[in-house]
Amino acid sequence: MAAFTLTVNNKEYQVDVDPEMPLLWAIRDFVGLKGTKFGCGIAQCGACTVHLEGSPVRSCRLPVTAAVGKKITTIEGISQNVDHAVQKAWIELQVPQCGYCQSGQIMSAVALLNKKPKPTDQDIDAAMRGNLCRCGTYQRIRKAIHRASEIMNS
Amino acid sequence: MDNTISTLNRRNFLRITSLASAGLFIGLSLKKETGMAQVAKITGDEGSLDLTPFVHIGTDGTITLFNPRPEMGQGTFQSIPALIAEELEVSLDKVNIRQTGGQIIFGRGQSAGGSASVRTDYFPLRKVGASAREMLLTAASQQWNVPLEQCNADEGMIYHKSSGRSLSYGELAQAASKLPIPSDPKLKDPKDFRILGKPSPRPDIPLKSSGRAVFGIDVDVPGMVYASVAHSPVFGAKLVKYDDSDAKKVKGVLSVETCDRKIGKYTYPAIAVIAENYWAAYKGREALKIQWDDQGNEKFNTEEYTQKLRDLSKTEGLVDKEVGNFEQAYQAAPVRIDAFYETPVVSHSPIEPMNCVASWTEGNKLEIWASTQVPRSIVTSFSKEYGIPEDNVTVHTQYSGGAFGRRLQNDFVIEAAQLSKKTGKPVKVLWSREDDTEQGPFRPMTFSAMKGALSAQGEVVAFQHKVISPSLHDSGDPNFDPSRIDRSMTEGISDQAYVFPNMKNLYVHADFHVPISAWRAVTSTTLAFAHECFIDELAVKAGKDPLDFRLGLIDAKSDTRNVLMKLREVSQWDKPLPEGWGRGVAQYEFFAGLAGYVVEVSKAGSGIHIEKAYAVIDLGTMVNPDTVRGQVEGAATMALTAAIKSGITFKNGETVQKNFNTNQLVRIHEMPSVEVTILTNGGPRIKGVGEPGLPSFAPALCNAIFSATGTRIRRLPFDINHIA
Repeated sequence: MAAFTLTVNNKEYQVDVDPEMPLLWAIRDFVGLKGTKFGCGIAQCGACTVHLEGSPVRSCRLPVTAAVGKKITTIEGISQNVDHAVQKAWIELQVPQCGYCQSGQIMSAVALLNKKPKPTDQDIDAAMRGNLCRCGTYQRIRKAIHRASEIMNS
Repeated sequence: MDNTISTLNRRNFLRITSLASAGLFIGLSLKKETGMAQVAKITGDEGSLDLTPFVHIGTDGTITLFNPRPEMGQGTFQSIPALIAEELEVSLDKVNIRQTGGQIIFGRGQSAGGSASVRTDYFPLRKVGASAREMLLTAASQQWNVPLEQCNADEGMIYHKSSGRSLSYGELAQAASKLPIPSDPKLKDPKDFRILGKPSPRPDIPLKSSGRAVFGIDVDVPGMVYASVAHSPVFGAKLVKYDDSDAKKVKGVLSVETCDRKIGKYTYPAIAVIAENYWAAYKGREALKIQWDDQGNEKFNTEEYTQKLRDLSKTEGLVDKEVGNFEQAYQAAPVRIDAFYETPVVSHSPIEPMNCVASWTEGNKLEIWASTQVPRSIVTSFSKEYGIPEDNVTVHTQYSGGAFGRRLQNDFVIEAAQLSKKTGKPVKVLWSREDDTEQGPFRPMTFSAMKGALSAQGEVVAFQHKVISPSLHDSGDPNFDPSRIDRSMTEGISDQAYVFPNMKNLYVHADFHVPISAWRAVTSTTLAFAHECFIDELAVKAGKDPLDFRLGLIDAKSDTRNVLMKLREVSQWDKPLPEGWGRGVAQYEFFAGLAGYVVEVSKAGSGIHIEKAYAVIDLGTMVNPDTVRGQVEGAATMALTAAIKSGITFKNGETVQKNFNTNQLVRIHEMPSVEVTILTNGGPRIKGVGEPGLPSFAPALCNAIFSATGTRIRRLPFDINHIA
């Protein structure tokens, strides 16, 4: 065990954990933010997606040490009042079903739109194919990303 | 909004009576009477009272509706409270919604499965809301001394228009609670509905778009420890011994305990590493050295089992349904066709892995937090298992991160309860994705031997669907008798609207030692593939258009005809397609409901590309069209995964696929657009939403592939990028 300082959503947290512990578990069980989800543990489903310095990463495979000194953003950090353009679009189009994968979906979508404010369907395929949704909300995710783009660019 | 609820005990209610026709309890109690402190916690209002167990109106005007149907993505967090709210004349954004936890006062229907929620609760819960509304109206009319008919309810207020007076539900709640409960409250005329039948935002969506929804995996309890549980990779192995010395060296590991994984008729040994945090528990569990005795089950593999099912198809089997004389008509017919269809085992794979927090406390009380489809069954089964009163079992029904039938099982809940008992601490059991994928239970495969015969004019004169498969009842029941037919394995094959003068449908039971269980749309998901592709084969043989051919097989008036006619219209069936395209149609009716698809595909290299899917679902009556569309879009996605991804196979007694890298699911770039049309022309029965969108997708797709390529797919899964 060792003590690390993590900067999550612009706030510093001291965690005393196994250096090999994936960032996911440090965020969930030590920082105490539960919005980031565990789905597979091998970076296949994307439920654990967070931003590291603004880029989407799968926190289930990233050792906590790799995130020390870097800016980590979780679903809780993208807005205070559920009013990020992506969240607005998600609510408007009623995207989630069970909702479990949606934190990861939203984090991937936010990262995409930050990079490409007007993504094409091909851009969406490329950015979102790492996020599984067993309920099958893909069609709405696609529409909601286009809608979020409109909201952001209006 | 948190989704914990306070416990309501039967004795807390002053009066409990059941709505005669509904089988629901309706109760009423004042806070001051007895033991209402727990109820009061819901609003924190000392003066609060209950109108019924499903409706709670505080004197401060706070309205709480109790939802007995677990929310797993199918929308019951909106669709069920909406039934009460519509009749109570209050918007859903003005109420709190709480999940029930299996308490008997909320009735026996506290489960989510079989697409049953809305179709079961539609009238009973509307009656609950209407009862409460009538009591509030009566209380107001008495207070004002005016005729009841001059009062109206609107958005939490009762009005007397001519005098301009009004009182809030909160102001009336205490007086209303003293009135008799109307035995037959008047329900609203559907033309006056403000919520039902209209697209309404689901109150859980903002929570699920911000990481705030609390799923089972997110529950933390003071003093809680974590457990990672090892099971034998070979089904049916016995535990010989284990060495936990390395596991105990992992920092944070507290102890190693054994427990039982009980699923259906099976009890499997399991070893749990208990630790201060999940990662330590998981690492400790990886460090266990376990010796299993595989009992010969290590020889089991999918290839041999597949051959066994093929061989079994030659046996006669048990009769599901017989009409006329199949054998005679089949033998005498000028045109006969036979075909054999195969489907794979598949996993449920909800993205939230199995988990549960269990805590035994003083006085032999058990508290459970779980993503579950069956809170009521948790209460009854643990009460029975441990010989404790039902009131000693408290269940907190969390949002489920997908379920699809997997969370009808309590195996992971039993593990958590046993481990809490052994450690004397609250324990969170969390399965890894590998545990979830490897251990099942799975949707079983079904094989289908199809036979059909046509007259010289191309009419179907004989039809046979013989199912060869393991049995769901066998997996669930130690006293299963294989000499009796398990009709869950012939689901729907004798219930289609098609009229055949001679039909004999059969079932051949196959032994299986792997745990299996219901999966979204149960056995219809596989049987529809064989049934509806074979109907297509008959149509082709008869030289008829597949949609016309189906219409020719059914009575003039039927819901199936309506679905097919609507499909013809929305898909523009009769409009020619571009070169290299094909379209296919299929429908399937079963216990949960009825839906159909037209799928359009185009040739793409050596494979095919799915251009578009048109779905029509027949409901009779619906609550939220937006939810219905979402459910069908999702069902199509799940059906596509089951049709074109690997599914589950076995080798050396083990599940070959361990995680999403090998047990792949359809991803966003693979999913075509699905256009959903909902039929709500009334009809005698309300049909389900969650499942019916699944069975007919794969056969419509495969029929489209035949139309485009001439290749008939009779075995799932198939490679969409390489069509032979």
